[in-house]
Amino acid sequence: MTKLVRFLKPYSLVLTAVVILVFIQSITNLYLPNLNSDIVDTGVVRGDTAYIWRTGGWMLLVAAGSAIAAVVAAYLSSLVAAGFGRDLRSRVFSRVESFSLHEFDKIGTATLITRTTNDITQVQMVLLIMLRMMIGAPIMAAGGIIMAVSKDAELSLVLVVVLPLLVGLITFVAGKGIPIFKALQVKLDRLNLVLRENLTGIRVIRAFDRVDHERRRFQEANRDLTQTAIRVNQLMAVMMPTMMLVMNFTMVAIVWFGGVRIEGGHMQVGDMMAFIQYAMQIMWSMVMMSMMFIMIPRAEASAVRINEVLETVPEISDPVHPSPASGRHGHVEFQDVTFSYPGAEQPALSHISFRADPGQVTAIIGGTGSGKSTLISLIPRFYDVGQGKVLVDGTDVRDMTQEALRARIGFVPQKAILFTGSITDNIRHGKEDASSEEVRQAAVTAQAAEFIAGMKDGFDSPIEQGGSNVSGGQKQRLSIARALIRRPEVYVFDDSFSALDFKTDARLRAALRKETAEATVIIVAQRVSTVMDADQIVVLDDGRIAGIGNHKDLMNTCAVYREIVSSQLSEEELA
Amino acid sequence: MSNERSERRPVGGPGPGPMGGRGPMGGPMGGGPMGGMGMPAQKAKDFKGTLKRLMTYLKPRTPQLAAIFVLAILSTVFSIWSPKIIGKATTAIFTGAIMKMKHVPGAAIDFHYVGQLVLFLAGLYILSALFGYVQQLVMAGVAQQTVFDMRQDVDEKLARLPLKYFDSRTHGEILSRVTNDIDTISTTLQQSITQLVTSLVTILGVVVMMLTISPLMTLITIITLPLSVVVTVGVAKRSQVHFAAQQKELGLLNGHVEEMFTGHKVVKAFGHEGRSIAEFDRINGRLFDAAWRAQFFSGVIMPLMNLVTNIGYVLVSVVGGILVTRRSIEIGDVQAFIQYSRQFAMPITQTANIANIIQSTVAAAERVFELLDEPEEAPDRADATVLTAPRGEVRFEHVRFGYKDDVILMQDMNLEARPGQTVAIVGPTGAGKTTLVNLLMRFYEVQGGRITVDGTDIRDLKRGDLHRLFGMVLQDTWLFNGTIRDNIAYGKEGATDEQVVQAARAAHADHFIRTLPDGYNTVLNEEASNLSQGQKQLLTIARALLADPAILILDEATSSVDTRTEVHIQKAMTELMKGRTSFVIAHRLSTIRDADLILVMNQGRVVEQGTHRQLLAKDGFYADLYNSQFSGADLDAEAV
Repeated sequence: MTKLVRFLKPYSLVLTAVVILVFIQSITNLYLPNLNSDIVDTGVVRGDTAYIWRTGGWMLLVAAGSAIAAVVAAYLSSLVAAGFGRDLRSRVFSRVESFSLHEFDKIGTATLITRTTNDITQVQMVLLIMLRMMIGAPIMAAGGIIMAVSKDAELSLVLVVVLPLLVGLITFVAGKGIPIFKALQVKLDRLNLVLRENLTGIRVIRAFDRVDHERRRFQEANRDLTQTAIRVNQLMAVMMPTMMLVMNFTMVAIVWFGGVRIEGGHMQVGDMMAFIQYAMQIMWSMVMMSMMFIMIPRAEASAVRINEVLETVPEISDPVHPSPASGRHGHVEFQDVTFSYPGAEQPALSHISFRADPGQVTAIIGGTGSGKSTLISLIPRFYDVGQGKVLVDGTDVRDMTQEALRARIGFVPQKAILFTGSITDNIRHGKEDASSEEVRQAAVTAQAAEFIAGMKDGFDSPIEQGGSNVSGGQKQRLSIARALIRRPEVYVFDDSFSALDFKTDARLRAALRKETAEATVIIVAQRVSTVMDADQIVVLDDGRIAGIGNHKDLMNTCAVYREIVSSQLSEEELA
Repeated sequence: MSNERSERRPVGGPGPGPMGGRGPMGGPMGGGPMGGMGMPAQKAKDFKGTLKRLMTYLKPRTPQLAAIFVLAILSTVFSIWSPKIIGKATTAIFTGAIMKMKHVPGAAIDFHYVGQLVLFLAGLYILSALFGYVQQLVMAGVAQQTVFDMRQDVDEKLARLPLKYFDSRTHGEILSRVTNDIDTISTTLQQSITQLVTSLVTILGVVVMMLTISPLMTLITIITLPLSVVVTVGVAKRSQVHFAAQQKELGLLNGHVEEMFTGHKVVKAFGHEGRSIAEFDRINGRLFDAAWRAQFFSGVIMPLMNLVTNIGYVLVSVVGGILVTRRSIEIGDVQAFIQYSRQFAMPITQTANIANIIQSTVAAAERVFELLDEPEEAPDRADATVLTAPRGEVRFEHVRFGYKDDVILMQDMNLEARPGQTVAIVGPTGAGKTTLVNLLMRFYEVQGGRITVDGTDIRDLKRGDLHRLFGMVLQDTWLFNGTIRDNIAYGKEGATDEQVVQAARAAHADHFIRTLPDGYNTVLNEEASNLSQGQKQLLTIARALLADPAILILDEATSSVDTRTEVHIQKAMTELMKGRTSFVIAHRLSTIRDADLILVMNQGRVVEQGTHRQLLAKDGFYADLYNSQFSGADLDAEAV
């Protein structure tokens, strides 16, 4: 939490104003009982009605002033809290946008979303409450004590006894309560998790006849939650009545000792009445301050998560002195590359060396988990290699800026990801200043023009979030069009034709061949028919290269390749 | 925003407990958090009926509730009584002091009398606190137990609901009923009910006490009432508009964040970070505008209410002071009256607030009850047959079925799978291949005819026993948040580590599991996003292998696994399928060529059945489907 305070710096002037206004508000609120005591001690005792009216009018003015101060304070603190939230959100979002895939893997996409949204909202809420109430509380307490002491120092001794008692009580309850509250949240999350799993896995649960098992799991979580909730509420049940008791006893004590003081002629009745109200204000401020102990740990958890994001430095950063790219266009070369995911027992890729040249199609094929996707992720430098080098245009990818590197690459991911916006917007994602003609051309090549024409608004048709209103095959074609429009030196297709039927697949590749004649094309594929005619096929097996060559060579030399081929094509087709 | 996302609750959201942030903390000066103020409340369709039904949940706890109400009333009455007594003490002191000032001989404060009052007060306070404590203590048990029962009811109901219910609703929708809605009920029971009682008693008691002191001053206090209503309603209305705007922008912002983060790879690949940030900042700016306005308006209610209270306070002080000078009331009464008038505004705002809360609570309860009223699966027969040694003979006899009564997909479908046979189900996407699975597992009920296993109608079996006959690997790879070992062992209760590893090996999952940081002890995260789709598929295969069922259902089981791995799996499967009846659903024709029976489905219907050779000879739909793969490959060869 304290680490986030730096985001309040731009608002220090406004914050000072809030503090001053809250101070004014507190003082005026304290001044009212004082005036009231004047009414009693001067007006009532002397029977001076005019004085009473005058003081009453003055009280109204003070009350109005207090209200104005409070409203302005509310205005300013709303601005500060909302502004703080806005700044923090913006910082966290830009930081996450700078993360490499590694940081995403490490922290997790879902929690990154929560951190950027819910967690910040939570912190913002707490800040607002603090501004509204917490600032006022200490001022109110201090002011109340000053007023009380000035009214009657000796009677204030009552407070000396009571306040530590109150503080002790609050600390005790909070000390016991906060851990239980934390446990409560954990148990609530647990219950939600069990339930969510029950919903998503309903077929499996029923198919494996584990309904009773799941029911027990739910009941366990439910009982656990209930018991903790009861404990929390029972503890809190102590809080309120005890606090009220302390306050009420204070009042009784003030009346008794106040009576004694009045008997001795040391104070007046009106003073005693005012004193009671000061005491109440002081104690309520204490209660408010105790709320801080409850609010802060709550925000603390969120703050820790936010800080974690802000403090995570992206593993991949641009070189200080980027090398200018050499003249060679589109050469991709792996030199003895070994790569492991953090914490993995075995490297995902070992000693990978090959070259992909412009005008050629290089296909990469291999089993699940053989490292195909990992391999091509290294080309746009989504990850950094452990050993060896990845060269693009003869330059190590780590010596270029990420922007310059990625501008050379047209990347089509395995899972076609589209964004909210029109079809044109999505294709233009590849090249922002593309003309409509370019967009159309890219769509034609990607075999997308036909289905786009069939949509109600053609190229202006909206794509919903996650592309849920187009089919998998259509998504893939749009995602290919997006890469095509860049006219990059290097095309990387990560199993990007899997959702297409055979005919479209063939037509698309025929069109691509013309379009990409000059470029380097790297294709990851599962279908042998897709890779058969590649100029070069790299066969991966458990992260190692099992063979490189064209279809014919590999059929003769590479057992792994033969196995893949025979699993897909029947004898007739092979012939 | 997807539903999966919206169901994620903010950490530290309004959980059960007095710190949920919506119960205003009362106080002489007011100024509680008032979080809920100005936010729009949801409304129930059948308020009365739902409220009544909610009461039935509380019925078993009537004695406790009665005790709670009595205690709440007593506690409140005592605390209302006390200012009056303090007033008496003040008057006694004041009179004594005035007499002394006037130098009346022998005048002194009657400390004996004051002492009695003070002792009496102390007793009152102790009792009030005690009652308050006991009341909340009992309420904690009552509220949480009630909510516990409700959650159990819902969970048990979910277990009895047919698949139809889950298929026609999003998970988020169902989840929200069990978590958010029940949470709302819990918080209301815990806090608002007793608060309502206390508030009403306080209002009533305070008015009575004020009237006994001075009808004139009571009138003055009550005059300020409409003023506070006008202020609250007026400001709350404006703040609602901004709250709605804030909600909308927040939704847009969350949507953008979700989209950009899930598409991070593409954002990076195309260097779009800058544009994404610019868009974020635009929404963020609008959110800021709406947020500060919403917060300002809701924040201004308290100071304004305070002002109204203070105006009342001033009037009471002035009028009271004048009345004392005229000797029509005592000074202590003014003192008591001030306390009463301060206690007056709080319960009124609270009651208004609680009325809102109760409205949304009843709406929440209504949603929970709706779920509880859904039609259930037909119960198992009491005299259910038990198949002791299942052979795995499956027959469909004149089966009639449709998801909707007016759209019949299967009309008089017949099918026979003899023990150990392999039945392949093929057809284009969306041809309704999973329908067969749904019927076999009795996830859906047939509308005519019957399905038998070993000659027994599946409706005569217990569902649990029926399901245990089958092992399935489904298209959607469900894994739960636990270790890989636990996930595989899910297929068989009490499986040993050795068996787990063996199953993993047979499913060719052993290798990749060992490359993970913690091997078999790797904990899958909530979305199991630490595994690839193919890897997840392998785990579900291992799970089915371990279960060792009589009949296998493989639903697109290998669609995400590359063909080479598939060959390995196929080998293991062939071994596994020996002696078992298997239903295989797959796109890949190569994997089903050897099937004993092929069912060709299109648009929900079985259009052809027979062996590969028979169907090719028939030259119908299947032959077309099969040849299109060839022509595709041919075209391929020409094209490239």
